[in-house]
Amino acid sequence: MSEARTYGYYPGCSGMGTSMEYERSTRAVCEALGIKLVELEDWSCCGSTPAHTVDHVLSAALSGRNLSIAESMGLDTVITPCPSCLTNLKTATHRMENPEFRSKVDKLLDKPAPGGVAVKSVLQVIFEDVGPDAIREKVVRPLDGLALAPYYGCLMNRPPEVMQFDDPENPTSMDEILKALGADVVPYGLKVECCGASHGIAQKDVVTTLSGRLLDLAYAEHAVAMVTACPLCQMNLDLRQGQINSANKTNYKMPIFYYTQLLGIALGLPEKELGFDKLAVNPAPVLKAIQEPSHAAS
Amino acid sequence: MEVINITKSYDPDFVAEVEAESEQNVRLCYQCGNCTAGCPYTFAYDIPVSQIMRLVQAGQKEKVLSCRSIWICATCESCTTRCPNDIDVARLMDVLRHMARRYNYNAVPTVRTFVDSFLNSVEKHGRVFEMGLMAAYMTKTGRFWTDTDLSPKVLPKGKLSFKPHRIQGRDEVAKIFERYKEQQR
Repeated sequence: MSEARTYGYYPGCSGMGTSMEYERSTRAVCEALGIKLVELEDWSCCGSTPAHTVDHVLSAALSGRNLSIAESMGLDTVITPCPSCLTNLKTATHRMENPEFRSKVDKLLDKPAPGGVAVKSVLQVIFEDVGPDAIREKVVRPLDGLALAPYYGCLMNRPPEVMQFDDPENPTSMDEILKALGADVVPYGLKVECCGASHGIAQKDVVTTLSGRLLDLAYAEHAVAMVTACPLCQMNLDLRQGQINSANKTNYKMPIFYYTQLLGIALGLPEKELGFDKLAVNPAPVLKAIQEPSHAAS
Repeated sequence: MEVINITKSYDPDFVAEVEAESEQNVRLCYQCGNCTAGCPYTFAYDIPVSQIMRLVQAGQKEKVLSCRSIWICATCESCTTRCPNDIDVARLMDVLRHMARRYNYNAVPTVRTFVDSFLNSVEKHGRVFEMGLMAAYMTKTGRFWTDTDLSPKVLPKGKLSFKPHRIQGRDEVAKIFERYKEQQR
């Protein structure tokens, strides 16, 4: 970890709004770990799920514009915290290997999309390029005794042919990072089960059922909090937890953290920079259980 | 039990269209049911995903394109990840949605309106404007009470901007949509 690694950075639209604490904590943690982020200049929306449900070429073109920006900035790898952005950028790259598909995409763009820009999640880069061992050495505020349920969401690792990272049924990268921070990771069998995705608005019962199931299991495994890597999963579980409780007659008060927030706190970063105040379910009781930085305690 | 007379209603063009657009060989599906077993959305579906695969094989265009399931599917990739014959089932569900739009089927209007409102927002601003998207969705569907219970939770957090995050290159993005729409005509 001597010199900083530089990556093109694609924050994604939700990072400007509903997941601003993910965005903020991602930047803080990357800086602390020697990962230099160069934001793509004037990036645009990848189209998220709506674009690919309407047309695959349109979806790839929306990603293509952003990949072109990366290329023109001389960046060979783009990383993003959001699994939905990740899947769109990666799927576009994957499908454009087919020349016929690529030519259709290029017809929608001002200039042809580049071929050689790699796309990875921020999680992948933290796990592979920094690694749990190096992280463990940097921990000043261990999460000792915190029982956490790691929840990856459906898109981060699937389908494996496209995503090329971790296990598609039982990913462990986030588990390993959380363990390196000192936390107890509970067995969580619904790691990659869908939370109901963007149906929160159009078909709310779908989200209250599926996200409700996720909370049920976290409680059954005695987790004090869930840890996510996806803005949409986090929003469904955190902001909609009240709706889930009313629909399912439960009374959960389960904080839903982004893994970057907990990584940040363990590395001793100021809590202010990590956006805990943006969470809907009050995280204070759980945060109180985390000890003060070891240098301050001694 | 519903009986479908395949000799009368088999539409070979439909099968060919689905196969060409999805780049999948639907005949490879041998109805193991793995996709349905793993699909988190079966409880909300009118037709389970493995039966949709069978109906596509049987060329049942009307039945497939008019079902609710193709709109509820959230492309979570369980089916694709678990198919023993490497069929990209999620891509096929996407293609069925594309076709349902093309042939004017709209079994779950709220989902379609949400998708359209989202893309309109991207077309206009270059990035999605969450507050504007919600306003457009509520206006178009008349569902004014959608998520109003969340407002007191989300507004004090300062997470939702009342103004769109407009980008410099929004004309470039608008042009992508423009060219796409021209091609559809």
